[in-house]
Amino acid sequence: MTSGQLFNYVTIGYFVAMVLFIGFLATRSVLVAKLATILAYLGFVTQTFAIGLRWYETYQIPGGAGYAPLSNLYESVVFFSWTILLIYLLIDLKYKQKAVGAFVIPFAFLAMTWAQLRLDSAISPLVPALKSNWLTYHVITCFLGYAAFAVACGVSIMYLIKVGKESADSDAPAGGLVGVFPSAKVLDDLNYKAIMIGFPLLSLGIITGAAWANYAWGTYWSWDPKETWSLIVWFIYAAFLHARITRGWAGRKAAILSIVGFLATIFCYLGVNLLLAGLHSYGS
Amino acid sequence: MSVKQRGPLGGVWDFFCSLKLTIFTLIALAITSIIGTVIEQNKSHQEYLRFFSEETIRVLDRLQFFDMYHSWWFIGLLVLFCINLTCCSIKRLPRVWRLVHNPLLTPSNQVLKTFSNTDEKLVKGDIKELSARMQAFLGSHFASARVTEKDGATYLYAEKAKYARFGVYITHLSILIIFLGAIIGNLYGFKAFVNIPEGGETDRIWLRNGQTSMPLGFTVRCEDFSVEFYGESQRPKEYSSILTVIDQGETVIDHRYIEVNDPLSYKGLTFYQSSYGPAGDEVISIKVNVRDTDKADAFTLHRGQLAELPSGDRVRVADFTPMFRNFGPAARIEVLPKEGDARMVTVFKNFPKFDEERGGDYIFTLVDFDQLFYTGLQVTKDPGVWVVWLGCTLMIVGCLVAFFLSHRRMWVILTPQEGKVGVRMVGSAHRNQPAFELFFDELKNKFRDELSAK
Ligand code: HEM
Repeated sequence: MTSGQLFNYVTIGYFVAMVLFIGFLATRSVLVAKLATILAYLGFVTQTFAIGLRWYETYQIPGGAGYAPLSNLYESVVFFSWTILLIYLLIDLKYKQKAVGAFVIPFAFLAMTWAQLRLDSAISPLVPALKSNWLTYHVITCFLGYAAFAVACGVSIMYLIKVGKESADSDAPAGGLVGVFPSAKVLDDLNYKAIMIGFPLLSLGIITGAAWANYAWGTYWSWDPKETWSLIVWFIYAAFLHARITRGWAGRKAAILSIVGFLATIFCYLGVNLLLAGLHSYGS
Repeated sequence: MSVKQRGPLGGVWDFFCSLKLTIFTLIALAITSIIGTVIEQNKSHQEYLRFFSEETIRVLDRLQFFDMYHSWWFIGLLVLFCINLTCCSIKRLPRVWRLVHNPLLTPSNQVLKTFSNTDEKLVKGDIKELSARMQAFLGSHFASARVTEKDGATYLYAEKAKYARFGVYITHLSILIIFLGAIIGNLYGFKAFVNIPEGGETDRIWLRNGQTSMPLGFTVRCEDFSVEFYGESQRPKEYSSILTVIDQGETVIDHRYIEVNDPLSYKGLTFYQSSYGPAGDEVISIKVNVRDTDKADAFTLHRGQLAELPSGDRVRVADFTPMFRNFGPAARIEVLPKEGDARMVTVFKNFPKFDEERGGDYIFTLVDFDQLFYTGLQVTKDPGVWVVWLGCTLMIVGCLVAFFLSHRRMWVILTPQEGKVGVRMVGSAHRNQPAFELFFDELKNKFRDELSAK
């Protein structure tokens, strides 16, 4: 059994969990929601094990000194989907809002599908520039932050659907798929809670990145595109935090800021490497 | 903001305190920052010509888009941001300070009504004895209480995590501290470079423009430099130097290995391996035989350096190349006899017999050569960096406090009411209300149990 095969099972697991969560929206069956949650847990545990296995595998290749599997695009996308599950399951444990799964698990599933089908999963020895503990801290904190923002984005989409539906037919209680959504107030709160987790993590990610740059190149900040985009993301979520406590900006506008923030996050993560030049390009 | 008649100054103040301005500035910073990630910054005119016309370049240059992070308008946004932050804090901090240091011990009925977590019970008994019991109750289930008496009523007040109120202000202050650190770095720090040939040393470095030099105050010696290439190519794989630092005649750092990503620091200066190059003069080893004898002399010479043979004739390496056409390393050696004209001899390392066949009275052999490199070091000094790290630490601490701690307050008010005592419990948390509600509901049950138990 290789880690690659296990990741395939994980992908299938997330797919089924996703379908079941959407099924839950349609059927409102508690049993379906339970099954979906169990699958999400199973996928998460398997993925944890598979990442550990890949770590072990990095020691097995010829000339491989072993490294935390966070060094190339494939590994980072796999790790990203793992962190999404981690944050989602934490929030699920605390708030038990099953409908949220239908809007969060798809992110993890898409990430895994992309990694498994499109990205180069070969294990190769690390280039010297990436041999640094700062890199590991930097990547872990950034991705945990990104994952929290993914959850917040899913919840914000639900919020906009819910609020849109409720204002469209204001007298009748919202039925259909939206019926099992948590109330707008709860969604707003979940959105905030997720960003509350993500914001300090992103800040820490930017700081560890700066510390690494300072150590390696003698400047903690040089406005390279990757750095700048992470700062843009940070500005947007800072705006979100203040929007929530400002009259006229709470609710819809805050939810939109959260979605825009996640789009910027994705651009920071992928767009910068694929479209803009810079120091950070993975695996070039 | 309520409509108050405070004149134009009050209006300006309110503008700088407003959270709407904060949101505007943050979004403006986010949007404008994109420009610098799309247009490469600080490139030469030639490079921009590959993407833009002369006309466009002129416009973009006027807008300072080619160095936008240092443009007046971007810096202006940052200054606006700091003013906003400062004003907002000045406005709110005193209120929070008072709240924390002079807690509301005896809130009026009106104030109490604004809190939604509340419970009340009318019990028989003595107000003193009940107050003692409620003190013990708060002490064991929440926090120890302060007792105040006012107008015949007894007020108990207990609180937890009052300093959580300052979390937000720590975060905001941290941003100003980070800016301060960056400014210190800009004013008192510098970026410089220096090239040191292998075996050489320096006590000066050159500032970025390459014109001005400045003294280090100590000496750095490059003991050795090595470079490894990818296969046969000229593409360097790894390069490193070994440096020694000598301060006032004393070796303070001895043979320290540095490479890309692994610098050396001394007295606030950091030396980064950043480049390398040939240090001009190779050292050339030659051997000189006198024909038909077994007398031989070996010399190691720099280009142009003279050496005297036992006969009194002198030689020097007039020229050297590591690659002469396809023949490999070659040297031109000039012989300067005691009397008579100078002559030139060419020797090849790969053809050691070549000079013997020439038939001169000396036979020269090019034994070997050693290419010396210089190590290119980037030298930086940033006295503000510690201020920046302090700011970063405070930011994280501030965020954690702001998000995950909440100032919780609890009042128990005992009032005599027609022979009985009204006991009222009120609670408030400055954030995370749902969790506090759960806590309060549980406490409410215990509160009732406590009061019904006799
Ligand atoms: C112009 C700049 C800023 C101003 C004027 C400002 C002002 C404020 C104000 C008035 C509050 C509410 C405080 C309260 O609840 O009593 C607040 C909250 C907060 N601010 Fe700022 N702020 C600014 C920039 C920032 C930035 C850049 C950050 C990023 C770290 C930040 C982080 C926070 C956090 C974490 C909170 C708490 C939010 C919450 O409770 O949900 N602020 N800010």
